[in-house]
Amino acid sequence: MKNKSWGEKIWPIVPILASLGFGASLLVMFGASPGESFSAMWEGAFGNQANTLSVVAFWIPLLLSSAGLLTTFTAGLWNIGIEGQIIMGSIAASWIALKLEGPIFLLITLEILVAMIAGALWAGFVGILKTRGGVHEIFSGLALNNLAIILTNYLISGPWQPPEGGTFRGTAPFQDAALLPRFAESRFAPISLVFVIIAVGVVFVTLRGTSWGLKLKALGKNPRSAFLLGVSSEREAILSLMFCGGLAGLAGAVRVLSWFDSLRQSISGGIGFLALLVVMLASYRILWVPLIAFFFSAVLNGSITLQLRTQLHSSLGGILTAVMVLFVLLFGQGKVLGIGKTKKPPGLDADIPESGR
Amino acid sequence: MLVEVKDIKKYFGLVKANDGITLTFKDGHIYGLLGENGAGKSTLMKILSGYQPPDSGTIFLDGKPILFDSPRSALAQGVGMLYQEPHDMPPFRIIDNYLLGRDDNILLNYRTAERELKEFSTRYGFSLDLDANVQSLSLGERQQLELIRLLAGGAEVLILDEPTTGISSEQKAILFESMRKLAREEGKTLILVSHKLEEVQELCDYAFILRKGKYIGGLDIPCPNEKLVEMMFGQIPPRTERPSFQLEQPVLDVRSVSISTYRLSVKDINLTIRAGEVFGLAGLEGSGQRLLMQTCAGLVRPDSGQIILDGKDITNWSYHKSKAADVAYIAAGRLEEGLVAGLTLTEHVVLARKEHSFFVDWASAKTDTLARIERYQIVGRPDSTADELSGGNQQRLLFGLLEPKLKLILLEHPTRGLDVQSTNYIWDLLYQRRADGTAIMFISPDLDEIIERSDRIAVFSGGVMSRIVDAKTTSAEELGHFIGGQL
Repeated sequence: MKNKSWGEKIWPIVPILASLGFGASLLVMFGASPGESFSAMWEGAFGNQANTLSVVAFWIPLLLSSAGLLTTFTAGLWNIGIEGQIIMGSIAASWIALKLEGPIFLLITLEILVAMIAGALWAGFVGILKTRGGVHEIFSGLALNNLAIILTNYLISGPWQPPEGGTFRGTAPFQDAALLPRFAESRFAPISLVFVIIAVGVVFVTLRGTSWGLKLKALGKNPRSAFLLGVSSEREAILSLMFCGGLAGLAGAVRVLSWFDSLRQSISGGIGFLALLVVMLASYRILWVPLIAFFFSAVLNGSITLQLRTQLHSSLGGILTAVMVLFVLLFGQGKVLGIGKTKKPPGLDADIPESGR
Repeated sequence: MLVEVKDIKKYFGLVKANDGITLTFKDGHIYGLLGENGAGKSTLMKILSGYQPPDSGTIFLDGKPILFDSPRSALAQGVGMLYQEPHDMPPFRIIDNYLLGRDDNILLNYRTAERELKEFSTRYGFSLDLDANVQSLSLGERQQLELIRLLAGGAEVLILDEPTTGISSEQKAILFESMRKLAREEGKTLILVSHKLEEVQELCDYAFILRKGKYIGGLDIPCPNEKLVEMMFGQIPPRTERPSFQLEQPVLDVRSVSISTYRLSVKDINLTIRAGEVFGLAGLEGSGQRLLMQTCAGLVRPDSGQIILDGKDITNWSYHKSKAADVAYIAAGRLEEGLVAGLTLTEHVVLARKEHSFFVDWASAKTDTLARIERYQIVGRPDSTADELSGGNQQRLLFGLLEPKLKLILLEHPTRGLDVQSTNYIWDLLYQRRADGTAIMFISPDLDEIIERSDRIAVFSGGVMSRIVDAKTTSAEELGHFIGGQL
């Protein structure tokens, strides 16, 4: 709504460039040519159709989770538990896929619905623990993440193990009718692209144009004032977590129904934590989120080829993205360097020390 | 130790908290530092104890100019301050608290610490159980611990900021006895920051009076209370004549309400406010008036008693329920408790509405906001954020967000930090509402404002409410006595 300076607008790119520079110097230290390495990564991401589709297929659940996180971040909540919410979505979708039979349309609708409900409920626990029990959402989120992982492992090695015996790696592949129809021989399901466009659109409209979005914004900026203005802080906190959990559950369903074809041990692949980084790197601006999520997906997929080509470990991609986030936090979204500085409020009251409190 | 502060200045924005204060404190004496809220006492003492630096001016200890960069360095040079809220670590044991920040060795020397603690305790008549957790101590005991820490740290000058608020009368007697001993027998310099006249009269040798950031004068103690009150509050101009307003039915009825927090209990409050009435609550900050107001707003639960609004018992209603029943509450901190920094005026207008549609109609919201900007003369645009407004305009915005029809408005410091023009404007707005039968209750640290604007007045002191006086017939002197605790 306000005019932003040019520097403010391009600011999110700066830490990306800085971390690419850092990555390049890291490569030089290991005796690899940065040019060659980056071109290997580029090829790994976009060298052929299969690679590009892989980037897209990884991007979709990442973007779904990031979009969900925008609502919790807006409300001032750290939904670390998103990882567990993704996993619960995967488990719920797998449950339908393994236990029910029916036409593809019905199965997929059910899978998606149940996955979203499971994610939302798992997030709802975090909300209730926070508002009723006074447990900080970071701690309950971490605990629920672990519970979700343990539940996955139990299901894979126990009740849902493949008929030929448990391998601790995953369930048997789902029936074809339970999987999202995939494009060519890739892991990319076109319908998931529709999901993600709707999700991002809904989040965009919610945050810009609804009363609920405005309440979340007020809550995130100043819970006390928001409460005094009439916002029911507990209710909105729980709802925003559940909204995020629903999208995370959908991300989990996409993972299990198109990236994989069965419930696996590390089903989320750390997408939830990655999404936290995406949203922070975008400094909570929705228009940047898809781009940055796509960039992350490209770097992470590209570094697999990097390993094949240069013998450097593929975790280099992870290092690059992590360093990027560190640079963002370090640069404090530009404020340290005086870009987009908030003006000091002309109202002085806040500065007057009070003896009575 | 001889302490001199020379020409100390400390400004917070445009507010001159200390505006060239020069004072001398001699050893072996107990000084009282008096002044109403915002007089600059706390600011000056925080400067003297190294908590914050002055903008200009110098502190001399025994004639030598000194610069403190932290409370720790002040204590190392002999100046220690006992804060209103003890700076201790509740989950720690007493002995750990004592050692924290004193013993920097890897292995702590508990035996010496225990000996020292016991020595100090017996010398000043304190009774501390060394193995107890600080959590389990009363405020008075935590104060004793803090005093011992300061003395063991080598304090020659002790500053006590409102030390008797929230402690029992036995503990107060022990504290005063130890203070006398410290000054008379051990030759230390003591500074008591207080609002309570009778305590200053009882304990101090001399009192310095500050008002609005300036040093007004000093008096030998004991002296007549009237003199102190006059110096603290200045000459208050007589109330301007204005037509009295026809009061209607009772709107708010507070019946023997008791409220308690961990440091203050407010007992048995009874008052009735009628439609169209302006009721002023005076008293020093933290005397209970704010608690009463928050209880009426539904933000604090009373221990007992009833609050009746327009014949309905609203005693245990939530804040949001009271709000829906046309009770409005405007807190003192505009950007902390009222407005949301970073949200625009339009967004505030939408949030404050009673009914929320699913989608916000931003175009009509903007029109609505423009109308309110016009009506309340706010200097700002619909897309200005609340923190971009000046204090006066923030206050106007808060008024602009109120529902058109209200039964009761509760206000804290309605004109704090505002210039004369804005102050008059705010009161015009409030007076307009009386015609609709709105009752108004407000807190102000400013006695002038209380006398000038109210119909009736009650004063709080240490959780006790004075009798209710008529604003037309009372005087600043009478209120000053109430404030000083002489109810």
